[in-house]
Amino acid sequence: MSPAAICLTTILGIVAIGTAIGFLAGVHRKMDLEQWTVGGRGFGVVLIFLLMAGEVYTTFAFLGASGWAYSRGGPTLYVLAYLTLGYVVSFFILPQIWEVGRKLGMQTQSDFFALRYGNRYLAAFVCIVGIASFVPYLQLQLTGVGIIVSVASFDGIGRTPAMTIAVVLLVAFVFASGVRAVAWVSVVKDALMVIAALSIGIGIPLIHFGGIGAMFAALAHARPAHLTMPGATPNLGHAWYVSTVLLTSLGFYMWPHAFAASFTAKSGDTLRRNAVVMPLYTLTLAFIFFAGFASVLVLPGMSNGDLALLTVVRRSFPPWFLGIIGGAGALTAMVPASIFILTAATLFAKNLYRPLFAPGMSDDQVAKLARTTVVMLGLISLMLAIFSSTTLVSLLLTGYAGVTQFFPGVVLGLYWKRVTTVAVFAGLLAGVASAVFLMLSHRDPLFGVSAGFLALCLNFLIVAAVSLLTPAQSRDNRGLPHPWELQHA
Amino acid sequence: MKRPSLAALLLALIPFTAMCFSVSLWDRIDPMLLGLPFNLFWLICWIVLSCVCMWGAYRAEAARHRQNGPPA
Repeated sequence: MSPAAICLTTILGIVAIGTAIGFLAGVHRKMDLEQWTVGGRGFGVVLIFLLMAGEVYTTFAFLGASGWAYSRGGPTLYVLAYLTLGYVVSFFILPQIWEVGRKLGMQTQSDFFALRYGNRYLAAFVCIVGIASFVPYLQLQLTGVGIIVSVASFDGIGRTPAMTIAVVLLVAFVFASGVRAVAWVSVVKDALMVIAALSIGIGIPLIHFGGIGAMFAALAHARPAHLTMPGATPNLGHAWYVSTVLLTSLGFYMWPHAFAASFTAKSGDTLRRNAVVMPLYTLTLAFIFFAGFASVLVLPGMSNGDLALLTVVRRSFPPWFLGIIGGAGALTAMVPASIFILTAATLFAKNLYRPLFAPGMSDDQVAKLARTTVVMLGLISLMLAIFSSTTLVSLLLTGYAGVTQFFPGVVLGLYWKRVTTVAVFAGLLAGVASAVFLMLSHRDPLFGVSAGFLALCLNFLIVAAVSLLTPAQSRDNRGLPHPWELQHA
Repeated sequence: MKRPSLAALLLALIPFTAMCFSVSLWDRIDPMLLGLPFNLFWLICWIVLSCVCMWGAYRAEAARHRQNGPPA
């Protein structure tokens, strides 16, 4: 067998095992909307950990983070800080979201806005921004699979056929099993990812330099500026670091899928305990950084940093091992991508189409429409991944600039009685509009500060100011006591 | 919604200060510890120390929930 064949067979085997587990997870359950989207609200600490680790550690962590360590250097350290701090923030909001979610039967993030603020246009707008922010994140995952397969096949298979196969597989298992499939495939995916990260993080420096310490010593000698901020970039300094870490850690659980994952928990305490232990998983990423930094000296001058990690693996290890790393990488792209598609489809069917166009639809019809939407979304993201190219980190940060704008509406909605619907709507519109404007006009970062963060500050200011200027809402728009107040009665 | 306790909020502020706001104090290569540049070493330490802080916050919140009876 040729090296490419050995390698591809290994990848295919791993993906097949993962997919089979995904199908089996849904076999003996009746898939109504509640089971498909929030797993019947029965996940304990272990399944929650798997689901959340499954959706958080994506191809971005694998190829994007190492790609930035290679091409940008120091600024990439923001990843270690934001993942850890994202869990710190989650400690204070997820249990509360879970509690109101159970009380009022929420399944999606948009439900939260609809029930808290009693305005279906606000809820629909939240949906649209959420779905739009998923597009770059999904595109990131598919691009990742394309990179893996083309490097693993020694450039024999193009990215387009690779991405097409990946889309077909993931649409199939989301279609069949819903959120439970994702939690179970994560078992295989996370185990493989930890093994892969440790072996390349230790192995690559060992093979080429004799150890991690020797590798950093060599790099500190040859390219000292690469290891601190702004690294190899002109404008990603400390102001950028602080603003980007704040933007992304506050926005971490504002992704509609991460937000909705809290509804699958058995209790609020489960989520609090989860927030305490999850940061440890971030240690895995440190090893991926070691491999990324080692690549700087092993393989200088690659134009696309996202390819660096796998190319160095291909050069340092036998083909079967490249196959295992590639298989782990492919699953880390497909597992999160399937949950993004699932969430976006549910949002579209339940929170956008039904309330605005077909109020009479039953839950079963919504579930059916959501499944059809899964197929459509798969095709749309595939098209985008084929026809555009950006680095993986830029795609991620674009999505974050959008979803973090939900933060004021969520956190003030939970903790501040005085916040009003008009204020949240105005702040969200201003935040999204300014983020989109700054990014499209290439003003990110602006004066060294992340554009999404500036938009978030504007958003917060507007929500606070307009809330104080508009009359307090202690009752919802039907004149009933606000559902939030019932729980204290 | 019941606000979190002051103790939990202060404990959560520690990792934010250490990993985010204080970046200009620790973003350097020397001294290299355990073979790692200082900034990387610092962040890795704080990943673990953040868990410790949040465990403290968990204890603070859990004690409060016990006092007020099980959460509704």
